[in-house]
Amino acid sequence: MTADTLPPAPDLDLLATDVETDLRRSVRAVLAKTCPTEALTALADGTDEVSAAAWSALAGDLGLAALLVPEEHGGAGAGPREAAVVAEECGRACAPVPFLTSAVLATDLLGALGATEALGRRAEGGTAALVVPAATRSAQGWSRGAAVSATGGRLVGDVRGVVGLPADLLLVPVAGPDGPALHLVEAGAEGVTLTAVTSLDATRPLTDVHLDVPLDGAGSPLATGEKVTAALDHALATAAGLLAAEQAGLAAWCLEQTVAHLSERRQFGRVVGGFQALKHRLADLYAEVGQASAVAAHAAAALAEGTDVPVSVAVAQAFCSEVAVHAAEEAVQLHGGLGMTWESPVHLRLKRAKADHVLLGSPDAHRDALATLVGLPGPEAG
Amino acid sequence: MSEHRSDLEQRVTALLEAHDPATTGRAAFLRARWDAGLAWVHFPVGLGGLGLPRDLQAYVDDLLAAAGAPDNAPERNGIGLGMAAPTILAHGTPEQHERFLRPLWLGEEIWCQLFSEPGAGSDLAAVATRAVPDEATGEWVVNGQKVWTSSAHLADFAILVARTDPDVPKHGGLSYFLLGMREPGVEVRPLRQLTGEAEFNEVFLTDVRVPGDQLLGSVGEGWRIANTTLNSERVSIGGQAVPREAGMVGKVAETWRTHPGRRTHGTHQRLLDLWVQAEAARITGSRVRQQLAVGAPGPEGSATKLVFARLAQQLSALEVELLGEDGLRYDDWALTRPDKVDFTGRDAGYRYLRAKGNSIEGGTSEILRNIIAERVLGLPGEPRVDKDVAWKDLPR
Ligand SMILES: Cc1cc2nc3c(=O)[nH]c(=O)nc-3n(C[C@H](O)[C@H](O)[C@H](O)COP(=O)(O)OP(=O)(O)OC[C@H]3O[C@@H](n4cnc5c(N)ncnc54)[C@H](O)[C@@H]3O)c2cc1C
Repeated sequence: MTADTLPPAPDLDLLATDVETDLRRSVRAVLAKTCPTEALTALADGTDEVSAAAWSALAGDLGLAALLVPEEHGGAGAGPREAAVVAEECGRACAPVPFLTSAVLATDLLGALGATEALGRRAEGGTAALVVPAATRSAQGWSRGAAVSATGGRLVGDVRGVVGLPADLLLVPVAGPDGPALHLVEAGAEGVTLTAVTSLDATRPLTDVHLDVPLDGAGSPLATGEKVTAALDHALATAAGLLAAEQAGLAAWCLEQTVAHLSERRQFGRVVGGFQALKHRLADLYAEVGQASAVAAHAAAALAEGTDVPVSVAVAQAFCSEVAVHAAEEAVQLHGGLGMTWESPVHLRLKRAKADHVLLGSPDAHRDALATLVGLPGPEAG
Repeated sequence: MSEHRSDLEQRVTALLEAHDPATTGRAAFLRARWDAGLAWVHFPVGLGGLGLPRDLQAYVDDLLAAAGAPDNAPERNGIGLGMAAPTILAHGTPEQHERFLRPLWLGEEIWCQLFSEPGAGSDLAAVATRAVPDEATGEWVVNGQKVWTSSAHLADFAILVARTDPDVPKHGGLSYFLLGMREPGVEVRPLRQLTGEAEFNEVFLTDVRVPGDQLLGSVGEGWRIANTTLNSERVSIGGQAVPREAGMVGKVAETWRTHPGRRTHGTHQRLLDLWVQAEAARITGSRVRQQLAVGAPGPEGSATKLVFARLAQQLSALEVELLGEDGLRYDDWALTRPDKVDFTGRDAGYRYLRAKGNSIEGGTSEILRNIIAERVLGLPGEPRVDKDVAWKDLPR
């Protein structure tokens, strides 16, 4: 590839609309009420009084489970730009809700494959999860490690580290005899074993899935062949692009909290935030956070327009993942001993940021993808 | 916005019809463009503009470029257009607007910036160059030395910050002047840079006479006005949407594509990382432009120079490494006095060296971090030991 064949950058609208600003306001208000820090920290102790309440407020009161469900199936018929606003707020609040995994990832996949009945149930608040390892970046990446097969009349396999469970419905990609297929399995069906594992990020549960389900029980696949691969790729790209918004929101929160803390905290007879070594680190972080927000907005706009999606998403993931982790790590360090405590809200963001770093493809995986997309091949290409 | 666009399109069409670029001389075309208000559309009517939003200029420039019209060679008068013009517009008298803005825009008069001195760089308010009024003539008499003055060897006029009152604390005793660079007593000596060339200069001012009507604003107001200039310098962001891989990243990407034998795994990772960062900077720039267009400049703008400087340095450094022994060859050490700044021109070695200036010129990256931390994030200011001390009593 030469610079002439480089995918040209579209000129996308990166400013928030009034609708988006209103949506942000209501989501932020709901999450401020439903996701208090103590409840979020208690998740790691096995006490969950927060997930259901937070999701019911988002899905029920605000109708966000159905945000991306088309209107004809009972949804709001909104697009990736609105979803990015919600994801960003979920990142700020570290909300333990299946918005990204169910309302975005699973819903996009069901929509692409025309599963009208299943979509209708999403619109009513039902949750769904894609049964692939958390770090899956693309359909190709999934099929390489495909662990579930449909042989001998049964759907059998183990998938480690799935995010988005518990959920009502499992979306199971299967390496069938005739290529890829996607099966829908009720989470409560016989032969489904879900084992919750302890997650680095307690606000995003991690589950090992064991399936040994009779195929008649799992029905015929929703779709087979290339269609599945394409739909999976689209859904994973959509989720990855909106994950960037979550990361941008998380990073912005970390910067704001850290600036606020350092504006109060006094040592050596001065406000600590007046020390230049810290001011300069925060100024650099400020530059990064501003860029992360723009880059995430760009990915959402690209998804909404259906243009430049692969490059925009890879850039957004590669960039925002790193910024979120950097912001969270700086927040812990600059909060001093307080940052190291269980009570402080800061560590929740660190765990979420580091988990997000791995989710849906590491920055390295996305940079690898870019190497091909923008014609910058590695040394092995000669 | 779109009604502005169709209005502008009509004006451009009318200009092109009355002055066909194919048959009209360059100077005549530029004068007609000024008179049509299409020079800088955000300036007032009568001063080359139409009082429209600033970002529409890019639209006009694109239309005119597509028609093959000459431009005013903006790269030759960056300080004039980017810094002197907005400052004169904001603080000048109607007479000063009349006298200076038109020749400036036409490129008939080139401007330079006489701010920095050997003893006053980041601490601009510490300048020692004196301006003393001559009661008899109403003129000012200026003495002092300036340094690192870009384009002084080409300039017809300068924006000058000079001390008019040494008895008050430093920020209060400054005034702002428009100084003729061809006047007796102005001596410009080339100052060679690490690239070999002399893009900037030393300027010695000995009993230079500045007419009274070339004081900008009032006496003692120099610091406030200088800040207008510095803010213009820092937010002067190009109007156009920038293509992917424009500028320094494009140079490195091209080197990567054309030198497959030089690729290593380590440089591959660095290149991809920097490519992503460059794309992030490009996207952030377009959002800043979109915000400006709707009149709500976002805070990101204040960080763009910081980001740009670091990226230019990392990208150009990578390119020299990629080139291996070819990276060791330098194109030319001759002392030239270029008539424009070209960050991405010449060879990789030159780009590497010139990029070092990006984090120094126009305010160092350290000063920019202070500004972001204090003005944007609201953190406490640096301790000030010079606040209430008369300038003449400060240790130097
Ligand atoms: C290519 C180029 C072109 C230039 N063109 C012009 C021009 O046309 N006109 C003009 O007037 N000037 C020009 N300059 C000068 C430029 O504006 C100054 O060099 C710059 O403002 C820094 O001042 P200084 O060189 O005196 O460095 P100093 O102020 O002496 O700084 C030395 C170091 O200390 C750091 N430092 C200083 N103060 C602080 C602080 N408070 N906190 C933390 N760190 C600090 C600086 O960042 C720097 O790293 C040009 C410079 C360059 C490199």
